[in-house]
Amino acid sequence: MPASSLLPILAALAALGFVAGRRRALSLAGGDARGLHSLPAHYGAEVALFTLLPALALLALWSLATPLAVNHLVAGEFPAETRAEPGAMSLAMSDIRRLAAEPDAGQGSAGQGTRAASLQEAARLYSTLRARASGLASLTVLLTALAGLGYALWRIHPRRRARSHVEAILESLLIGAATLAILTTLGIVASMLSGTIEFFRLYPAGDFFFGTIWAPSFGGGSRLGILPLLWGTLYISLIALAVAVPIGLFAAIYLSEYASPAARALLKPLLELLAGIPTIVYGLLALVTVGPALARVFGDEGLGWMQGASAAITAGLVMGGMLIPFVSSLSDDILNAVPQALRDGSLGLGATRSETLRLVVLPAALPGIVGAILLAASRAIGETMIVVMGAGAAARLSLNPFDAMTTITAKIVSQLTGDADFASAEALVAFALGMTLFVLTLGLNVLALHVVRKYREQYE
Amino acid sequence: MSAPNKSLFTPGPRTRARNRAEARFRASGLAAILAALAFLTGLMGIILHDGAPAFRQAFVTLTVELPEERLDPNGNRDPADLARVTTFKYAPLLDAALLRALEEAGAENPFAKAKKLRALLSKGAPAQLRARVLAEPELIGGSLTMRFLASARADGYLKGRVTRESLARERKFTPAHLDVADALLGSGLLESRFNLAFLTGSDASESRPEAAGIGTAALGSLAMMLVVLALALPIGVAASVYLEEFAPQNRLTDLIEVNIANLAAVPSIVFGILGLALFIQFAGLPQSAPLVGGLVLTLMTLPTIIISTRAALRAVPPSIREAALGVGASRMQTVFHHVLPLAMPGILTGTIIGLAQALGETAPLLLIGMIGFVATNPPASPAEAFLAPNSAMPAQIYEWARRADPAWYERAWGGIILLIGFLLAMNLAAILLRRRFERRW
Amino acid sequence: MNNCSQDTKVTAKNVNVWYGDNHAIKDVSVDISDRMVTAFIGPSGCGKSTFLRCLNRMNDTIPTCRVEGELCLDGEDIHDARVDPVELRARVGMVFQKPNPFPKSIYENVAYGPRIHGLARSRAELDEIVEKSLRRAALWDEVKDRLQAPGTGLSGGQQQRLCIARAVATGPEVLLMDEPASALDPIATAQIEELIDELGRSIAVVIVTHSMQQAARVSQRTAFFHLGDLVEYGETDQIFTNPADSRTEAYITGRIG
Repeated sequence: MPASSLLPILAALAALGFVAGRRRALSLAGGDARGLHSLPAHYGAEVALFTLLPALALLALWSLATPLAVNHLVAGEFPAETRAEPGAMSLAMSDIRRLAAEPDAGQGSAGQGTRAASLQEAARLYSTLRARASGLASLTVLLTALAGLGYALWRIHPRRRARSHVEAILESLLIGAATLAILTTLGIVASMLSGTIEFFRLYPAGDFFFGTIWAPSFGGGSRLGILPLLWGTLYISLIALAVAVPIGLFAAIYLSEYASPAARALLKPLLELLAGIPTIVYGLLALVTVGPALARVFGDEGLGWMQGASAAITAGLVMGGMLIPFVSSLSDDILNAVPQALRDGSLGLGATRSETLRLVVLPAALPGIVGAILLAASRAIGETMIVVMGAGAAARLSLNPFDAMTTITAKIVSQLTGDADFASAEALVAFALGMTLFVLTLGLNVLALHVVRKYREQYE
Repeated sequence: MSAPNKSLFTPGPRTRARNRAEARFRASGLAAILAALAFLTGLMGIILHDGAPAFRQAFVTLTVELPEERLDPNGNRDPADLARVTTFKYAPLLDAALLRALEEAGAENPFAKAKKLRALLSKGAPAQLRARVLAEPELIGGSLTMRFLASARADGYLKGRVTRESLARERKFTPAHLDVADALLGSGLLESRFNLAFLTGSDASESRPEAAGIGTAALGSLAMMLVVLALALPIGVAASVYLEEFAPQNRLTDLIEVNIANLAAVPSIVFGILGLALFIQFAGLPQSAPLVGGLVLTLMTLPTIIISTRAALRAVPPSIREAALGVGASRMQTVFHHVLPLAMPGILTGTIIGLAQALGETAPLLLIGMIGFVATNPPASPAEAFLAPNSAMPAQIYEWARRADPAWYERAWGGIILLIGFLLAMNLAAILLRRRFERRW
Repeated sequence: MNNCSQDTKVTAKNVNVWYGDNHAIKDVSVDISDRMVTAFIGPSGCGKSTFLRCLNRMNDTIPTCRVEGELCLDGEDIHDARVDPVELRARVGMVFQKPNPFPKSIYENVAYGPRIHGLARSRAELDEIVEKSLRRAALWDEVKDRLQAPGTGLSGGQQQRLCIARAVATGPEVLLMDEPASALDPIATAQIEELIDELGRSIAVVIVTHSMQQAARVSQRTAFFHLGDLVEYGETDQIFTNPADSRTEAYITGRIG
């Protein structure tokens, strides 16, 4: 029985439990709710929770364990040498899953001969095991729910502290929701770590981190050095920051120090509007408008510096535009955190507004602004759509902003959306790239958040 | 020291220089604002200018003869027999109809063969005709006046995108076709109309940009947003309530705080990798399914929702909590009866903004396979809306942009108008909600 | 046209101030003499600080604030279109209620004014101005060995004296002090009062204070404000011993305020 039909049954049982628990508590108290320790609804809720939670926990555990167990059993059917060979097993498993999903599709793609036959065999085993596991799971889960319901009903007593119990359970649910943040981080690390380790088994880590050539080829003999990608990432980010930081910072200065309240009330939402535009829009802008426009000026018909419309400068400029509102709204917050007393002190001595800003406010706000720029840099490094659509595909170590370049994020997309098989080094490299990107941005974020927090504490 | 009795009315040279510096500084601030505004206006201008044409489409109205001997050689109107007649048999009927229309308009066919005229119509036109005939077999033997989609080139000519110069190097659609188009325009058979199919339709194959619509992808986005709303709102509120109202000051709480702050700044593509590895490769959920997209976007949006929900909870003054605790409510009752209802407008505002962010997100969707195929049919059932492969609005826009043809770019910009329209509506709802329920303590 | 009298340092005639719709100062006229300490007293919200901030046009920095009437420094209208508020503030310095040293070194705090106004031609001259100002603020002996230490690291009283040194470094002719000792302990307050007394011998000092004792101790003339009106203005001794207005008497004896 699939989860989609199991869940409504569980919900119905829980509702039943609620009504039964409430009624039983009331009848035990002789129909007078004042004779109960807690409100009747608390007794009902306790029964419902006892019905629902253990069953759901079991269901979740079962869904996690089944794939592992089934995979293990199916893998046991394969010879030891296949299992030892890196990548071969996961390749076979993905074939099996596909065959199990659509048994007729196997003929063409899985190949001919003994391998195809053994795959078909394994796929049948896989389907049977999964079906059996699913049936068993439904039965156990339903029995658990019924047991929970019965137990909770039996324990109802007028002096039972149902409210404390319900609230304790609720609080642990709240804790569970909060811990999801940690689990997500762990999930990110785990999902990339296994792929990364697999990749480094196929491709030496030294060549990956220090290789200066990025040339994946699906026939084998790929060169997968990260340096050209890292260079492209940093170079494009630098162009973007060179656009966004001065404009964003000066816009924030104008908004927080010069603009009249009316102008501020109009301009701030407009800038925020810019921040809410999805990156796909900027990507399309780079691809269709900015790239060709730059190519007209700097390309073969113009100055001749540019080969195509896709270049580091195309992506960098558009990304800079995207980051302006990000930098300006962060800087605006930070400038506003500088106490007015400092401005008054300086103005009271006869300093002009710009002197006050340059000599007093900006130095005082510097740590916060550095933090904001670091956050913007992390944004730029992790940006995907603009570089996928505007920067080009060629990985090269070049100083010329008019050259096409590519970035870590763009290559993650191309390696994982291409036709490469998920077990090959060419696809697995995306996990190593993702890991590098994650570590890079995490470092920047931690540093930036730390700097900004320290800065805020200073004026609180 | 400054001269004590200098008049205030005659500023010194130094003051004048300082005031000039002040003016320069102020002007650079204004210039930055203007640059940002120019970027915004330019962007909006390009979006509207390049996207608006997608909402109009060229159609050709033709009267087609439906001879029985071609379409139903057995003459029994048996649906099975009719279905065996392919679009190849229908295409020449359209050629003939075009030829007739041209004669009525008083123009000559500039081509040796009538077949060449077909480039004026969408490649899907024969299928359009066949579907109509299969639905109403009684039409066979008579004639039918019907509006057909014009081809993307003919459509582009009406929109000014295609000119005689731009066609100089094309083989299938030549300037001579434009003469035919002019003649049909003159007789009113070729016309530009509001393109409802763009809003409601599905994606079309690469050679038929004129037939593509964003409706199916919008349904995919809707399904994802429902998943995000159903998961991110309760989980986000639960996590925020715990952190704001119950959490003790300890290592675990600190760890959660640090994680939330960092997750909010993790690149979205990383969430795509997580989704690919966890939901598709490990849990075996179907690829390209809106359910998976919704799960990934939920994880991505949670930090945003938690941060804004916590701010909303913090804005509820402690006196409210003290009042409830003072009459003997438990902490849980205090939170659920008093604090949460008061914080609700703020929570909903944050949730809407989080949803808007999720709606526009593209990068993670690429990795879980919401691109690279043509979602030609809308989902048939609610379950299919979540589980069957579909695209989403931003992914569909990306897919169109990759097809590298001005007609597809027009579709992409048109899709962006719709996407931004949704985002603006959501942000406006958030602002109104905040205004309506804004409370000052 | 100029109605301002020449023999006093600052003249105010029929000054009105609005914050938005709130009429904060109503028709106030005051003459402030040179080389003397003038105190503004009155209950909170009576407008005394607002009026003080008019004297060097600090209210210009508040967008909703509107000032009408005539205010003259040495007989020149400070609201005249030709007047640059920046130059005005160099001549009419200000010390605020809460010590607000810049997050810079002690030396840089004092040197800030002279630098922006270009008062020193060389480093040696600047050093001299800094030392002299710190001495006038009675802070030199305490900080001479740590001029490069951050100004924010000083104690509250020292910070306020640093702010006074910062203000006198530009050589102001009038020094406005907005409750300069209200955030300080009694010992620091005594030091500040001594300083005010000293400064009042060479320049015009205007001090806003909550404490009537303080006004009585440091000032020669006192103005009593109530609800935006200037109720009474005269010799400090006379105001405190023999007030002409019943409201002044009520305030001094603690019945309003």
